[in-house]
Amino acid sequence: MKTAETRRHPAWETLGRLLRHRMFAMGLCLFGIIVVAGVLAPVITSVDPTKLAMRFKFRPPSADFVFGTDNFGRSLWSRVIWGAQLSMMIGASVVLLNAVFGTLIGAVAGYFPRLDNVLMRLNDALMAFPAILLAIGITSVLGPSTVNVILALSIVYIPRTARIVRASVIVLREMEYVQAAVAAGAGHWRILRRHIMPNAMGPLIVQLSFLFAYAVLSEATLSFLGLGAVPPTPTWGNIMAEGRQYMTDSFWIITIPGVALMVTVLGLNLLGDGLRDVLDPRLRIQQ
Amino acid sequence: MFGIFVRRFASALPIILIVSLMTFSLMHFIPGDPAAAMAGLSATPDMIIQLRHDLGLDEPFLTQLFTWYSGLLHGNLGRSILMGKPVMEVMLFRLPVTVALSAYALVITLVIGLVAGVFAALRHNSWVDQAAMVFSMLGISLPNFWLGLLMIIIFGVWLGWLPTGGYVAFSDDPVGWLRTSTMPAVSLALLQVGLLARITRSTMLEVLRQDYIRTARAKGLKWRVVVVKHALVNALIPITTVVGIIVSLSVSGSVVTESLFSIPGVGQLLTQGVLNRDYPLVQGGLLIVTTLLVFVNVLVDVSYALLDPRVRHENR
Repeated sequence: MKTAETRRHPAWETLGRLLRHRMFAMGLCLFGIIVVAGVLAPVITSVDPTKLAMRFKFRPPSADFVFGTDNFGRSLWSRVIWGAQLSMMIGASVVLLNAVFGTLIGAVAGYFPRLDNVLMRLNDALMAFPAILLAIGITSVLGPSTVNVILALSIVYIPRTARIVRASVIVLREMEYVQAAVAAGAGHWRILRRHIMPNAMGPLIVQLSFLFAYAVLSEATLSFLGLGAVPPTPTWGNIMAEGRQYMTDSFWIITIPGVALMVTVLGLNLLGDGLRDVLDPRLRIQQ
Repeated sequence: MFGIFVRRFASALPIILIVSLMTFSLMHFIPGDPAAAMAGLSATPDMIIQLRHDLGLDEPFLTQLFTWYSGLLHGNLGRSILMGKPVMEVMLFRLPVTVALSAYALVITLVIGLVAGVFAALRHNSWVDQAAMVFSMLGISLPNFWLGLLMIIIFGVWLGWLPTGGYVAFSDDPVGWLRTSTMPAVSLALLQVGLLARITRSTMLEVLRQDYIRTARAKGLKWRVVVVKHALVNALIPITTVVGIIVSLSVSGSVVTESLFSIPGVGQLLTQGVLNRDYPLVQGGLLIVTTLLVFVNVLVDVSYALLDPRVRHENR
């Protein structure tokens, strides 16, 4: 009797196991640094990231300018931190859109075999395009802007998310407890919502954490190519693109946003590996 | 075997059909007037009308669709505005460069990725394993264009070992090709090396746990023979499926890598097309590259079927 009362909620158990996972904890720290920096951008930066100050141009990192300055004398500290905010916003938006539409499409395709064929052919076609190429094609049509980048990356990645949800749903659909729910007279949506989706969450969450990494990386690539947010809005990609001309002398301009990008992606990849080990043991890589 | 090939090929056709429809529709999603967008700000109304007519945008939608598909069947993808030549011709001219670069990256990936993965699995939980996994993790986390920039600074500018950009065709000068292609290929390969090493390691670990490996050891076979002939050969089957993904990543990565190292391949051409709003070029390029990738995946599927006796017999 006593054990039943003192047992913690399963979600707490999972959280505990996650935090004891060394790689997950490390990933959480790395990613956490960037998220906190992005959220606190207005507090921890004092200079406007777009403010020009030609007399300070090409200053290497020092006590006055922690990350140095660029070719217009703009503070790289401000630009990289505000860039972090933009990257996090774009990543989070793509993840959110994927969580909603990827889940919806995947669940419908997996649960209703009649719709499966049509939806999956469309999915396969979208996935046949190399990810970045499709994103480039879409942003070139819509024009470069933050919203269009989010839109393009969502169109690119939603089919991949849908495929993963669909795979879980197809397996779960055949489970006996689901058959029991059908026999008990539960409607389709109730079965999907109450019985199938909660058990399909594991692989979805793992996918979304990797997706965040891809989204941030792809956004940086797009804005490096000049297809992201329009300058002077700072993004890690366009800071590197502008710093490229001066990289032999002022190498910090391209190095610092690159390190920020790497820390983000590395953190998210570690986070994803940890989540997979704990939430989805079938796919475990380490053993 | 021929049967498998035909069947896999046929299953790819609807995908190509939808892909071509999607690339066709792309231009119709341009907000406002596509012809005005393409002609640029300095264009006169007459030029816009002329361009609209040249692109067939003044025709009804269905006529445009029909023109697009009848063009496709004749290998005609329209004219590039930027280059003033047929898109097909420009693409075919640029394709060998990208294929050579991707092939180089693929060789690097297969050699380093497989070796690192196999050794990590054999020395499970040792420092070799940990080093290989840290390296792989960095590989999949480093942005390839950033790595390219750093390599240009270090090996191109500071050390002066390799040229910072440009391209020499392999057929003109193999050594020059190696010199100009090594940095791009390495920066392209790193992500894939990481992926392949991780997958090879986990597959090998899985296989090494099997009973038939213990049996082979127990009957006195040399460890090396067991690893290569019994473990690796079986591990390669699931690894084959990754090759399709790797080739797709190579092509994706080549877009930015080629722009970075000024390599005149398909990726650089597409970037120029996008920045100059040359939509026929972007459409044609997307379609050609994607179609080729679909075929690569068909080949990967077929070789998977040929390698795995279970699939081979099922499909007979």
